[in-house]
Amino acid sequence: MTIKQLSIFLENKTGRINELTKILGKHGINMQAFSMAETSDFGILRLIVDDVERAVEVLRNESFAVMLTDVVHICCPNVAGSLSEILEHLAQNDIFIEYMYAFADGDKANVIIMPNDIEKCMAELKKCTCDINTL
Amino acid sequence: MIWNPNKECMSRDEMHALQSRRLQKLVNYVYHNVPFYRNKMQEMDLSPEDIKSIDDIVKLPFTTKQDLRDNYPYGLQAAPPSEIVRVHASSGTTGNPTIVGYTRKDLAVWSEVMARCLTAYGITRNDTFSVSYGYGLFTGGLGAHYGVENLGATVIPTSTGNTEKHIRLIRDLKITGIACTPSYALYLAETLDKMGLTKDDISLRIGAFGAEPWTENMRKEIEERLGLKGYNLYGLSEIMGPGVSHECECQNGSHICEDHFYPEIINPETLEQLPYGTQGELVFTTLTKEGMPVLRYRTKDLCTLMDGVCDCGRTEVRMGRIMGRSDDMLIIRGINVFPSQVESVILECNEFEPQYMLIVDRVNNLDTLQVQVELRKDFFSADVGGMLALKKRLADKLKSVLSISADVRLMEPGSIERSQGKSKRVIDNRKL
Repeated sequence: MTIKQLSIFLENKTGRINELTKILGKHGINMQAFSMAETSDFGILRLIVDDVERAVEVLRNESFAVMLTDVVHICCPNVAGSLSEILEHLAQNDIFIEYMYAFADGDKANVIIMPNDIEKCMAELKKCTCDINTL
Repeated sequence: MIWNPNKECMSRDEMHALQSRRLQKLVNYVYHNVPFYRNKMQEMDLSPEDIKSIDDIVKLPFTTKQDLRDNYPYGLQAAPPSEIVRVHASSGTTGNPTIVGYTRKDLAVWSEVMARCLTAYGITRNDTFSVSYGYGLFTGGLGAHYGVENLGATVIPTSTGNTEKHIRLIRDLKITGIACTPSYALYLAETLDKMGLTKDDISLRIGAFGAEPWTENMRKEIEERLGLKGYNLYGLSEIMGPGVSHECECQNGSHICEDHFYPEIINPETLEQLPYGTQGELVFTTLTKEGMPVLRYRTKDLCTLMDGVCDCGRTEVRMGRIMGRSDDMLIIRGINVFPSQVESVILECNEFEPQYMLIVDRVNNLDTLQVQVELRKDFFSADVGGMLALKKRLADKLKSVLSISADVRLMEPGSIERSQGKSKRVIDNRKL
């Protein structure tokens, strides 16, 4: 199972991310993880939240350009070399990673991966030492 | 110095008589050679015989940029194709450029009026003169070029680009005069600085600046940094190109070469002719043009006209500084840009909302144009590469339509301010 990531178009403008987080906070939507891809004039915020559908609804109501993207969320042991082992396996099987972001939490590490071929990626991850999360 | 005192210092009565004769001839000529003017005059129940003196010009129909566009490419040309020896083109608001054909005589008149301008600035046959307007379809380069040759000075056709090489030529060839846009002159001054040179390393003494609006402060800065004296040069391709009017040593307005280009000031709303000293829209009639003569061409430039003999001895009517435009045209790096051009490009692209904003600025003395557009929600993709490609596609389209490059900024949907009435599409931060 993949999970849904919110991708949000943002102008590079002071306070813009805060406006967005404020809206989510006001509606009681909790963010699990996010990362920002930026260019000189705009950025794309990639966001994992606990209530995807409501997040999309409230953000669209506030005129944000939002879209949903399928990404893979894995959880692997928070020890040296564990991510490398997984990535090695994916690379050997010709899976290209467009972007990824990660955060460690106690003895677990969460990794969000956007591969070029999501089906194949999921199949290969099943052979690795990690859990595939569905949130 | 005065190149042609017979014309430039003519008594007002003689000028009136000359202009009257030339207008009568012109009206006859266009009536019989340009269906556009014949139709217009017939609609107004006007025949060439009704024009008895230059004062009757108010009876004649106006010509607008739109008319030139509607008659693209050669609809307003009066001379047969065999007589046309050169064609120039200027950017149009949308789609069609304006095509102007010149006969051999037109080119002779053009180099005559340019020689008058250069002489008024103090250029003589002993000068070496760099023409740094673009050569090509734009009238600036070739127009100034043949004026310098006609005068007998040495012309260095540097055109634009490669500024360091240009400065080396200015130094090594001891170039004394230059024609370019005022912003390019400032850019030259900066490059001079960057190369570790000063005005003492070069011999420039006279600059002919035009093709874009400029201020007294810019004049002072250019004069100080390049060690020259700067003069205004005015022209527009629909009338001729550079050389329509020029300053003299008194720098009290620009003398119009009135025996060739008859000026009027009108109220842009009522189209009534206004007296000297009143600000309004400048209108020109090409009294002697053969290729593409125009009757009462509305320049959209706002200024005043002044009469009275100038201290330099010239009797021609002078025009004041251009105070603005009666339309929304912008002049960016010497190129005419209409917001409607940008609009038409954006409307062709489904990916953007029909909302946009043009931000014009001057950074290091070069004009910059930023085009802000709103991305449509449905066309947002989470892929940065795709978004950058979208941005580049728009930038490329704008470049091909505007002839200058614009910095495209993708904005969030709804972020550009909507206005109730006439929307504000342009923010011009240049201090002019």
